[in-house]
This record gives sequence, structure tokens and C-alpha cells, in this order.
Amino acid sequence: MKHLLSINDLDLTGATTILDDAEEFSEVQQRDIKKLPTLRGRTVVNLFFEDSTRTRSSFEIAGKWLSADVINMSAKGSSTSKGESLRDTAMTVAAMGVDALVIRHSASGAPSQVAGWVDCGVVNAGDGMHEHPTQALLDAFTLRRHLRRVHGPDASFAGCRVAIIGDLTHSRVVRSNVLLLNLLGAEVTLVAPRTLMPSGVDAWPVTIADDVDDVLPEMDAVMLLRVQRERMSGGFFPTPREYTIGYGMTRDRLQMLRPEAAIMHPGPMNRGLEISSDAADGAASRILEQVAAGVAVRMSVLYQVLGGNQEGER
Amino acid sequence: MTARVVMDAAEADRALQRMAHEVLEANGGVDGLVILGIPTRGVPLAERLAAAIERVEGVPVPVGQIDITMYRDDLRRHPTKALGPTRIPVELERHVVVLVDDVLFSGRTVAAALDALKDIGRPRAVQLAVLVDRGHRQLPIRADWVGKDLPTAADEHVAVALAEVDGETAVTISRPGTEGIS
Amino acid sequence: MTRDLLLTQVGLPDGTTADLAISAGRLVEPGDVNDPQRVDAAGLTALPGLVDPHTHLREPGREDAETIDTGTRAAARGGFTAVCAMANTNPVTDTGEQVAWLHQAARGASAQVVPIGAVTKGLKGEELAELALMARAGVRMFSDDGKCVHDARLMRRALEYLGDVGGVIAQHAQDPRLAGPGACCHEGEVSGRLGLAGWPAVAESVIVARDVQLAQLTGTPVHVCHVSTAETVEVLRWAKAKGMPVTAEVTPHHLMLTVAEVEGYDPTYKVNPPLRTEPDLSALADALVDGTIDMIGTDHAPHADHDKAHAFSDAAFGMLGLEQALAVVVELFVNTGRLDWAGVAERMSHAPARLARITEQGRPLRIGEPANLCLVDPTARATVDRAASASLSRNNPWHGRDLPDPVVGTLWRGEWTYAQEGLL
Repeated sequence: MKHLLSINDLDLTGATTILDDAEEFSEVQQRDIKKLPTLRGRTVVNLFFEDSTRTRSSFEIAGKWLSADVINMSAKGSSTSKGESLRDTAMTVAAMGVDALVIRHSASGAPSQVAGWVDCGVVNAGDGMHEHPTQALLDAFTLRRHLRRVHGPDASFAGCRVAIIGDLTHSRVVRSNVLLLNLLGAEVTLVAPRTLMPSGVDAWPVTIADDVDDVLPEMDAVMLLRVQRERMSGGFFPTPREYTIGYGMTRDRLQMLRPEAAIMHPGPMNRGLEISSDAADGAASRILEQVAAGVAVRMSVLYQVLGGNQEGER
Repeated sequence: MTARVVMDAAEADRALQRMAHEVLEANGGVDGLVILGIPTRGVPLAERLAAAIERVEGVPVPVGQIDITMYRDDLRRHPTKALGPTRIPVELERHVVVLVDDVLFSGRTVAAALDALKDIGRPRAVQLAVLVDRGHRQLPIRADWVGKDLPTAADEHVAVALAEVDGETAVTISRPGTEGIS
Repeated sequence: MTRDLLLTQVGLPDGTTADLAISAGRLVEPGDVNDPQRVDAAGLTALPGLVDPHTHLREPGREDAETIDTGTRAAARGGFTAVCAMANTNPVTDTGEQVAWLHQAARGASAQVVPIGAVTKGLKGEELAELALMARAGVRMFSDDGKCVHDARLMRRALEYLGDVGGVIAQHAQDPRLAGPGACCHEGEVSGRLGLAGWPAVAESVIVARDVQLAQLTGTPVHVCHVSTAETVEVLRWAKAKGMPVTAEVTPHHLMLTVAEVEGYDPTYKVNPPLRTEPDLSALADALVDGTIDMIGTDHAPHADHDKAHAFSDAAFGMLGLEQALAVVVELFVNTGRLDWAGVAERMSHAPARLARITEQGRPLRIGEPANLCLVDPTARATVDRAASASLSRNNPWHGRDLPDPVVGTLWRGEWTYAQEGLL
């Protein structure tokens, strides 16, 4: 795998390999010595045009535990038409002899564009409203572990029902998750006010529902997405109160879930808006496991991009 | 097709049986022993060796496996390899590790396994058992127990097939440019 | 004094064949030329010189992207003998002095440059620009193109005021609330999937629906720039049926390219209004054929390479158009039998010249008329190479495509502004 720009870059085998390898990396994390020599001598640059301490740190630890040299570069401020062009920024960094760029950008498609300009590998660490493939992979990793706990070690995603609820229009997480969960065989239901549904969602391989309460009792997992309070001023919904009553994972809704259902959230959470503390901190919550899975999954992705000779593939 | 069988299933069984005795003799029994196979074919061989030891001593010996993919020095020469599992059933600190692999050739696989072991723990000692030693070492590594010493030319191909992986058990040797079993 | 010229056996838009004689910048009787340069034009067709109602020349202000010289060379290469230069330069063409400057600066250009005046000062959409003073300097078409005159009251006032002054407003129809500054991709399945801010079709048609009624109310004509949606076509069809004073243009790219081009996030395909869908393309083509859309406007929008080297949503809007405009029209309409050469001449020469009231352009190829013409090889084809462009910029959406390559020569006022190698 030369780049990971979108979940579309993966087939079922590729996605499963990343999840399986992540299990091995997760084992390594339990050891006293967490560092593996695998990517010794290779250089990874976290090129972040947008702040994200959580994702950046996760990639940084992943790279370091694989013995890569990891350099963080904040290109914040150059991500506009006024500053240095994206091409100049990317090519300048790549010219330093970098083996992979991990790119976060507020503009959709920026990592794909960069991949067309540079020779090194490019990993999408979240681009605008487009995709966040490593988040989807760590969500799937967490969910697979959950399913195996509930249904035994051979549990698969087939027939697994996942609801994704929240601001879907502006979410890169939902696009990657819909693609990956479908690839793995799960069934996805999207729930949101129509104003927060992406254009053309009817063509997506998902079920669209209006009423959260109809959906919840059927689900094996529920993913809540962050709803930014700023969206209110855009008129996407009238008040936080109305959103919470309509779509929030409240204490009451917690009772509607099946006993073995998982609650997930990519963070950062708006407690009291899309998710109550009872849901976030309760027994069904897998939210901290998601965070813990981040490093193992990103080690697995970096290993795929940098661990072999990519020239023979593609 | 000029692949020549140099060890059949029965010979392999006898070799393992002998190695089991040698391991027991050298270590004074199974106490503190752990057998670790190197994937792919080292893993079933480790299990066979452990079973042979148990048949002799009547006591089970812990068996595990150690994946060396992450420690290979030639990763960048091949497409990305999927990882194998690493399962260490005991605390290494109090144990003697017997590493098991099918063929000892350059010694690089064993070196990688030693690196991997070192990151996991500090065993009392590490020993090496291989089904075939075909020579041509590139590193200062030797096996403690060998099923069969097999003099080869560097360009010859030695293939170990095991019933557990390949359906049948046999060690063959073939000339380059010919169709060997691989 | 330019040598007289005789084009022999040239096809005319009406399908007949004749010899065209040119002397002193005008078409004359073949007997009235003296020792003419002879061009064997058998198999070629002569069209009246093309007129672009919608060109961005970038001079003054962004001479790194295009200049009057390079822009009009590109025009000549595309068969154009006149281009209407949009006002969104720096400084903006919003005063009589700026209009006079442009007339002056365009001397020596390779095509007639017709200044378009801004509707509002600095294109800010707040106060009217000096419309009458610009009209006095020769401006007939006014436009804030690049921005929409979105304030309905201001638009009404501008149209009313032009009732005395004379003129037409060319509107860039984009409701800035429905399609804000971030909107960069046709709102639909592709924008949703790629995560690009959507530019909904209705953001165009609601403004057009409003403007045709304001035109009716004030009696001053409105010209709709770069119609891009089936919805707008519907509104125009209704408005024209009611006799409302409206004309409209469509760009070559909105006729041939769909939003699917955006899939790779290549900013070359970022344009305003955005590339639309197949049903839109089909509605636009029908409208151009049936006259609901009157003409082709290229919206030739050169951009320096570095302004397109940003992330898609940060990159500049716009693509080149002058050099391949006729090629696209030939491919889509002539080669399919949907338009004959007279139909092409109407939509790429006569109609835009009438719109901008350019008296010496868009004239029929008759004795006594100005010798502005474009010589066409109907069968020639070529693979477009953006590096071969006469424009300073390289944001050519047709790069690498096999298209007709019809223009073999362009005459403006009886002089060759472009002639393919080997023609003369």
C-alpha cells in the first residue's frame, strides 16, 4: 500500500490485515519494551495544517514505537489561498528525504492532491469533510473486539448493525466509517436532522432513519458524532435542547439499547449535547477503548505504508 | 522436475524423536523449558518437538511461537508482509527457550528471533533446534540440535513440507531453474 | 497598408461557396482587389469573427496570469475578433477613466477589446458605480461578474438607472446565502461524497427568476452569464415566453464537462458556477439549440499556476476557454448535426455582438462589411496541449483531450491575427 488516502484504497483483505496486524501491535503495547525496530531509519512527518493534538500524538507514538523518526510540522496558517501553496509546502517537506507524510488538513482532498505531487507515501489523518480513514479503522478494531467478546472469537461483522448519529454533513468520520463498515459486511443506519445529512446520501449504501428511538433497539453499536455548537448559528437546528431531545444519547435512550450493544464516539465529546455522561461513562461505552486502539491501528497503517517495498505493488 | 526427497515423513519423525532426547538430556528434564516455534513451519515443528518430549517424560512442556517479521533486516526488499502472532506462554525470565525452525541457512532468521526475544524478556538461555541445517551461514550462529545436516550448494533450494501446513511431510532439494517444491 | 487578400472557394455559413476578397479591412467585390495575397480555402468555412461576451483579461492587476496582449492572442487563436473584458481587474473597471485606460491599453491587441463596466463600486455590491460616465466612454454592458449583484433593491436601481443611460446588466447569478464563498462543487452526490461545500442549482435559478422580473419591471435588459443548470433554463424559457427582456450565455465547459471531473480534487476543474450533472448538460445543449440560451460565453478565466496549487477549496475559481470554445461547439453541435454553421455564427458572433452593441463585429459576410472572420477546417482534430496555449496560464480543462481543432486563421479588420502554419 503506497498511500492511505481513503477507505476506498483498501479491499476486504487489506482492511482485515490492518486490523489483524493491529491486534499484534496491541500485544506489543503490553510489553515493557514497546519499541519495535521495524521502521528504523525511516522518517515520518506529521504535516498538520489543522490542530489535532489527539490524532497527531497517536501517529507520533505509533511511528516512534516502530522506531521511525517522527517529526511534527505545524503548517497551520498556510492552509489558505493567501499563504504558501499546498504544493510548495508539501514538496518542500518531501524534498527533505521524508518516507511518509501524515497529513491533516481542513480542506477535503488535500492529502489526495499531495499524493499526486510527492514520491513518498501519504497517510490521510483527516481531510476537511471528506475522510478520516485511521479513525474508521480504529473504530472497526474496537467494534471487532467488542463483537468477539460478546459472540466469541470467530465473530464477524456480517449482520452487525451500526447506527451513526450526529452531524453527518460536516463529518469526515462518517464517510470513512460508512465505507469501511460496508466493506467489512456490517449494516449502517444513519440518523440526523435532514439539515445535517450529506448531499446525495440516498446513494450511499446505508439505511436512513428519522427517528432515533425506532433505531436504537435494533443496534449492535451506536456511534455518536460530535455536534458543534457553532452549527446552531448556521441554522442547522434550532437549539441544543431540541437536538438533544431529538437525537442525543440520553440516559433514557440508554435503556432502549440491547444489553450487549456498544456505544462509541470518536471524540471530542460534547457531553450533554449528543451524549450524556451516563452513556459516555457507562458499561456499554467503548470510547476509551477507541482511544487506546488508535496507536495500534496507526502502527499497523504505518507498517503497511512503510514496512515493505511498495514498488512491486499497486 | 529434479526435486529430490532427502528426508521423508518417517525420517523426520525419527529425527524429532532424537532431538527430543537430546534436548532433555542437555537440560536435565523439562523443568524451566519453553519451546518457541518461528512461523511459519517452525510452529508445527515446535509442537511436534514438544509432543515428542512429553512422550518421553510424561510431562507437558509449554509451547509458543515468536513472529520475527518486525525484526527482519530485509523488509524493504519485499512487499509488506502480514504479521504472525507471537504467543509466549511463560515468563521468559525463569526459562530456557528452545527456538525451533525448519531450515537453518544464512542465520538471519535466527538473529531476528534473538532480537525479538530480547525485547520481550530475558530468558536464562536460548537454544536452537532445526530440522535441517544446510550450511552457508552469514552470521556466527549454530544450531544446538539438528535433525539432518544437509550439505548443499548455495544456489540449491531446500524445501520443508509439513503435514500440518502442506498436507504431507518431506524435505526436498532442487536445482535452480527446475521446478522444486516450494 | 496591408496587402489585399483573396480567399478562394471558401465555404460560407449558409452552405454556399464563394471567393472572399478583402481590401482596406473590408469585404469587397473579388474584382476590386489589387495583386492580392491568394489563399486557397477550398474545404474551409468562413465564419464571421467570433465575439466573446465574457472574457477575463486580468490586466490590469494580474499580468502574471494574463495580459491584454496574451489574452487577445488566445482569442485570435480561438477564432475570436472581439472580447468583452470583464470588470473584475485591479483596479476594477468602475469609472470612465478606467474604461478609457483599457481602450488605450488595448491598442495593438490581437482582437477588439470591449470594456465591461462594473455595476457597483469596486464590485462591492453596495453603491452604484458611475454607470453614465462609463456609458459615455463607450460601455454598453455592465457586470459585477465574479460576484452577484445580490441585493434586489440595488439591482432594481441599477436597471432603472440604465433605462436613461442605455445598457444591459450581465448578471453572475449566485445567491450568496445559498451558495456562500466556500461553495466550490455542485451540490449533489459528488459534493456529499467528497466532502466539498455544495453550490446548489437553485442558488443560480432564484436570482435569474428575480432578475427577469426586475428586467420586466424596469424595461432594461438583463443578460444571464454562464447559465449552468436545468432549473435556470426552465426560468429562462418561461421568461422568454413572457417576452421579458433577457438574454443568456452558456460556457463551453458547462456544455461538455460534468461534476465528475472534480473526483480527483484537481483545482483545474474548480469553476464558478461549478460543473454540473449530465441532465444539466443536456438541458443546456437543448436550450442553446432552441434559442432559450442565446450565445456562447467563454468565461475565459486565466489563473497563475500558484493560485491553482492550493487545496481544492482554497484554489482560485476558473478555467481557460477562448482557444477551445469553437472546438467544443463543433464537437457537440456541428458534428452531431444539431447546429449548422449559420447557427454557430449566430451564437458565437451575431448574438454577442448585438448584446454588447459592437457595431463592427458580428456582421454578415457581405460586401462592404468589416473583414472580421474566422477560417475553419471542419474536420481537423488535435489533442489539446495546455503548454501550447497562447494564454499565459495553463488552467486548461481540455488538456489531453482529443477535440476538433477547427480554427486555421483569424482576420480582424482585414489583418491576420492568427494563421495556422502553412495556411499562407
